[in-house]
Amino acid sequence: MTALLEVKSISKAFGDFYANSDISMKIMPGEIHALLGENGAGKSTLVKMMYGVLRPTAGEFHWNGQPIVMTGPAFARELGIGMVFQHFSLFEALTVGENVALSLPKDLAMSDVNQKVREVSENYGLPLDPDRAVHSLSVGERQRIEIVRCLLQDPKLLIMDEPTSVLTPQEADRLFETLEQLSSEGCSILYISHKLDEVRRLCNTATILRHGELVASCDPSKETPRSLAEMMVGTKISSVSKADEVTGDEKVRFSTSNLTVPAEDPLGTDLKAINMSVRSGEILGIAGVAGNGQDELFNALSGEVLANGSDAVVIDGVAVGKQGINQRRKLSAAFIPEERNGHAAVGDLSLSRNALLSTHATSPNQRRGLIDDGALRGYVDEVVKHFDVRASKDNANAASLSGGNLQKFAVGREMLREPGVLIVSQPTWGVDAGAAAVIRQALLDLASRGAAIVMISQDLEEIFEVSDSIAVISEGTLSEARPAKDITVEEVGLLMGGITGEGGDHVHAA
Amino acid sequence: MSLDMVDLLTNAMLGIIVAATPYMLAATGELVVERSGVLNLGVEGMMIVGAVTSYIVAFSTGSLVLGVLVGILAGAFLSLCFAFWTQTLLTNQVATGLAVTLAGIGIAGLAGRNFVGTTISPIPQLYIPYLSDIPLIGKVLFGLDPIAYFSFILIFLVIWFLWKTRAGLILRAVGDSHDSAHALGYPVVKIRYMAILFGGACAGLAGTYLTLVHTAFWAPGMTAQRGWTALALVVFASWLPWRVVLGAYLFGTVGYMQLFSQGMGVPIPSQFLSSLPYLMTIVVLVLISRDQFRAKANTPASLGKVFKPDL
Repeated sequence: MTALLEVKSISKAFGDFYANSDISMKIMPGEIHALLGENGAGKSTLVKMMYGVLRPTAGEFHWNGQPIVMTGPAFARELGIGMVFQHFSLFEALTVGENVALSLPKDLAMSDVNQKVREVSENYGLPLDPDRAVHSLSVGERQRIEIVRCLLQDPKLLIMDEPTSVLTPQEADRLFETLEQLSSEGCSILYISHKLDEVRRLCNTATILRHGELVASCDPSKETPRSLAEMMVGTKISSVSKADEVTGDEKVRFSTSNLTVPAEDPLGTDLKAINMSVRSGEILGIAGVAGNGQDELFNALSGEVLANGSDAVVIDGVAVGKQGINQRRKLSAAFIPEERNGHAAVGDLSLSRNALLSTHATSPNQRRGLIDDGALRGYVDEVVKHFDVRASKDNANAASLSGGNLQKFAVGREMLREPGVLIVSQPTWGVDAGAAAVIRQALLDLASRGAAIVMISQDLEEIFEVSDSIAVISEGTLSEARPAKDITVEEVGLLMGGITGEGGDHVHAA
Repeated sequence: MSLDMVDLLTNAMLGIIVAATPYMLAATGELVVERSGVLNLGVEGMMIVGAVTSYIVAFSTGSLVLGVLVGILAGAFLSLCFAFWTQTLLTNQVATGLAVTLAGIGIAGLAGRNFVGTTISPIPQLYIPYLSDIPLIGKVLFGLDPIAYFSFILIFLVIWFLWKTRAGLILRAVGDSHDSAHALGYPVVKIRYMAILFGGACAGLAGTYLTLVHTAFWAPGMTAQRGWTALALVVFASWLPWRVVLGAYLFGTVGYMQLFSQGMGVPIPSQFLSSLPYLMTIVVLVLISRDQFRAKANTPASLGKVFKPDL
């Protein structure tokens, strides 16, 4: 049987750095093929070359046995390659139908496009209203647009970059059904994911990359998540160990009462009467589908946005609702936002300058108002050493670090201050298994030393792995926190879908 | 109504149209540019270069048509420079736009120095037979100069283009997210070049209107910040063409009232009236930024951002 797409000794260099070197793989017709690897292993680079967004430095592609040169995305689509990007390539100000029309080659009337969207979304169980503007849709719905517009091109190969990282478990299940239906119709799927359970369940073959090289191919259903992860990382992964349970006797270090904040962004979510209290040694996990108020909650907890009343946020008994982020830091709180590049760190500044940005109020990295570079460099070296941050050179610019390494830096920078209260959002988003384990263990260790931690995350595995108690945020409302041992994944999933659901087009399992 | 009143009203309406047309032309062009995600602050410069070149050509050759064409081309040429710098050399759009304005004012002053104090006969009105004889509205609707008519045709063409054609959809998409448009395989830079050229041509025509219709002479600095007002108008219109018409006529009315009240000896300081359009711009900008939802739904999300594809 001829492979649908054969990759022959493909390499891609950015300057001296090889993102891919000498990679060869075959994607057979109708198979669901997993592409695995750590962050920076070169997965995205490889698929971007398959889709014609990047040009290979060396090597060639064969399509149905014929050598081809990928001249661009338009040519890839002509061949029948569709791609669903991790960061959606949608136009927010346009409607669903207009977004789809833009990816269709021919000049179709808008009404025909809308009709086609309806047909495909019915056939594959992907409900979509073609007349809605994209900015009013949830992330799950946006992903459906991406999938529908690929399907409309009648693809032979569908490339999906981490499709489930933004979905509820129920939404992910439905996506798997769609993918299996497609595969049974003869469409090949190249599936990139960090969630190894998913890969084992869904995929027939897996190709594993490490540092830009192909290290293994296997049948994922015959592997364990641990063995897959170890192939990706190349070393044994230490498992995360949870400390003892928190007793009700520990003092409350962080709490909110009726925290109500209207969204600053017109497309954002209002926070409605958020109540939580976190004791010393406790990790409160806040689950939820992206876009349900997580950003707003983080900003309100950190003091980037002030609360409705002074008592709305309390750190160690001090009411700080009307105080900014530095006052809260001085009370031993620390904050790690979700977006590492641009929020947690400034890309164009060096690591030591970035360290100064979040610690200037609390640590002696300055002398008489001037920056003490020596002390700062020492601080950064500590972070780099403790959290194994790998950079191309000493004190490199933040933007030059890979996502996982920058995340380790952002986490380490706050951890090293030994905070009493830590608010962290998506601590391991897009971070590989090895680095994720290091970060999660650091959170657990910090809690065991008496800190109170609030962790906002969309990764349910992570929530269950480290949390002592779990609450769910849905449309700006926080559910009551329950002990992690008393709540199941299914229950959390239902709470994530919310009582009212998103856009009203959801069929809930309840 | 007495005959005097009718005359007064007719004149007022004609005056308002003449004052509003340059705003409308320049703002329509800039709206298309900004819808493609480019902020060209050079409108004032392109306008004044259009004004001076069209006047020089019309004065020297005696051909108004040639003057108009050269004015349009001059605006487009300056915008081509802007496009080359910002789209090919990836310079900062704000700084480059300011440079275009400053350079335009300087070039125009230099080129027009021998023409100060001369006059030409302006572009005549097109009187449509019989219809233009209707009292009150006849002259206003059927007795305008060709460029004023064209400004309305242009608005309708732009609305049709942006919302009814695939090319318009692509242009809006490029302005919303150039990265997504690039990922889908659309030539972002080429589309922006064309939008910028269109904007330059419109600004050039707006300048032409000032010298060949409005005043019939050339004076240095005669655009009098109209290009800046046109830029503010695009924001005022929240990037919707029909609101550009509304805004242009609002500003045009204020501009006319200022001249009129001075002429009639109304005891309001002329400085106050001269400052009215700018005060209104500030008020409108404040109002718009208070209503973020509406502004955001229409604001081109990649406005002013440098696009550099990675290959």
